[in-house]
Amino acid sequence: MSEREPVTMMAAPMHLDFVFTAGVAMSKNLHGYEQGKFIGQRCPKCKKVYIPSRGSCPTDGVPTDEIVELPNTGTVTTYCVVNVPFAGQSIEIPYICALILLDGANLSFMGLIQEIPTDEIRMGMRVEAVWVEPEELGPTLASVKYFRPTGEPDADYETYKEYL
Amino acid sequence: MSRFPDLASGSRPVGVVSFAQYDNVRREDARNEVEMLMPVVAEVFGNIGITKDDVGFICSGSTDYLVGGPFSFVAALDAVGVWPPRAESHVEMDGAWALYEAWVLLQEGEIDAALVYAFGRSSMGDLSEVLSLQLDPYYLAPLWPDPTSLAALQAQAMIDKGAAGEADFAAIASRSRRSALANPKAQVAYDRSPEELLAEDYEVAPLRRHALPPLSDGCAAIVLAAGDRAYEWCERPAFITGIDHRIETHALGARDLTVSPSARLAGERAGVGAKKVDMAELHAPYAHQEMILVDALGLTEDVDLNPSGGALAANPMMSAGLIRIGESAQRIWSGQADRAVAHATSGPCLQQNLVCVLEGV
Repeated sequence: MSEREPVTMMAAPMHLDFVFTAGVAMSKNLHGYEQGKFIGQRCPKCKKVYIPSRGSCPTDGVPTDEIVELPNTGTVTTYCVVNVPFAGQSIEIPYICALILLDGANLSFMGLIQEIPTDEIRMGMRVEAVWVEPEELGPTLASVKYFRPTGEPDADYETYKEYL
Repeated sequence: MSRFPDLASGSRPVGVVSFAQYDNVRREDARNEVEMLMPVVAEVFGNIGITKDDVGFICSGSTDYLVGGPFSFVAALDAVGVWPPRAESHVEMDGAWALYEAWVLLQEGEIDAALVYAFGRSSMGDLSEVLSLQLDPYYLAPLWPDPTSLAALQAQAMIDKGAAGEADFAAIASRSRRSALANPKAQVAYDRSPEELLAEDYEVAPLRRHALPPLSDGCAAIVLAAGDRAYEWCERPAFITGIDHRIETHALGARDLTVSPSARLAGERAGVGAKKVDMAELHAPYAHQEMILVDALGLTEDVDLNPSGGALAANPMMSAGLIRIGESAQRIWSGQADRAVAHATSGPCLQQNLVCVLEGV
């Protein structure tokens, strides 16, 4: 037996690659971004419109087969001003990250708010999508460059209180 | 005569009353997990004319390692639609173990019915790499041994012991794939003689291609119901008269791989030998493992083995064990069998085993 120190730590690097399957419903949503469109799906039972839909209504458990094209405009339901730098940050701080409820949708999603000083962002603010140049459109939410204020009066709290 | 089979004192009769499974495929690249599960859940309820509101508990089996993302079982619940909120649980195991949890809850008597489902896709990553991560993280996993190589060590140990030969493996594969011809959900089915199969090249000696399970994407669901409720939904429920699961050490070198003491113990506790067994659905991903299980469970030659083709016909990760229970139950509903043994396994070389005995009255 040799006089060696006991092993107290070992490194076992691991790396796995996966191929993600977006699914039928989300593929329709992603292909919508290629054409500069917001594509959602409606539940046949509760009539809620999900964007994106994962293919089923999480409340009713039935397929959301009806395709719904949603407009470019929506409401900021809640937001966060990012002041903290982190690894891989691609946008200059401070910037605004907001949950946006598109008009006619029943599910909000996260988007960037620009063309406004960070201290002027507020709940209920009306915003519209600014898309990347047509030749840059792709099957990704990155096709939406950011959202900016429309200048309309703020939405009534009652219209989005269920989505906070 | 009682409407229910003889059970251990104090036990509540719980039966499998509905079963559905996905068309097992090598690669499902259009639908996501929720889109795969939705039609299966709709079918398992639709078969007996009930809805999600009729079950008091939902339990699922799946693993995030196959998906490569966290909490995939939460997203999968969208396939059921859990509103209003209801009791729900999940095991990072084959759905057969989810069924076990649901059975325990049904024994307590607070609910009368449960939905059990499981899903898993082998195609999203490299399954050999994914499965090697279930091994002991210090001594085995860093070597990345693939499941087929480990199974080949097991098969070779059987040969060295004189317990089996390559011709036995080919005979099992030939019979299983021929049985699979009658299984519309089978992924691999053919009519080829053992001699023909023995002409194949080795994948990992002594295992040739025919002794290996297919790589499958799939999912499955079962409805359990207790007491009179079982008869409301099913003319001849497949009652669970015994269910037990046991595990062996994770140290492969410390096991005698040619036998399965965990399957033997689970089989004894589930009461396999108490009465005549008509059929058995054994979750033996590799052909030689069927021989180990037959021995451990004490199954005699007159038992109809894997009439569905077993895991050699389709081996969807996380649901292949649950499917063994469903395939067995179907044959009790139809009267083809009165008493069946369903088995599920998990881990390398049959490390963990669940045995479920089903009976019709």
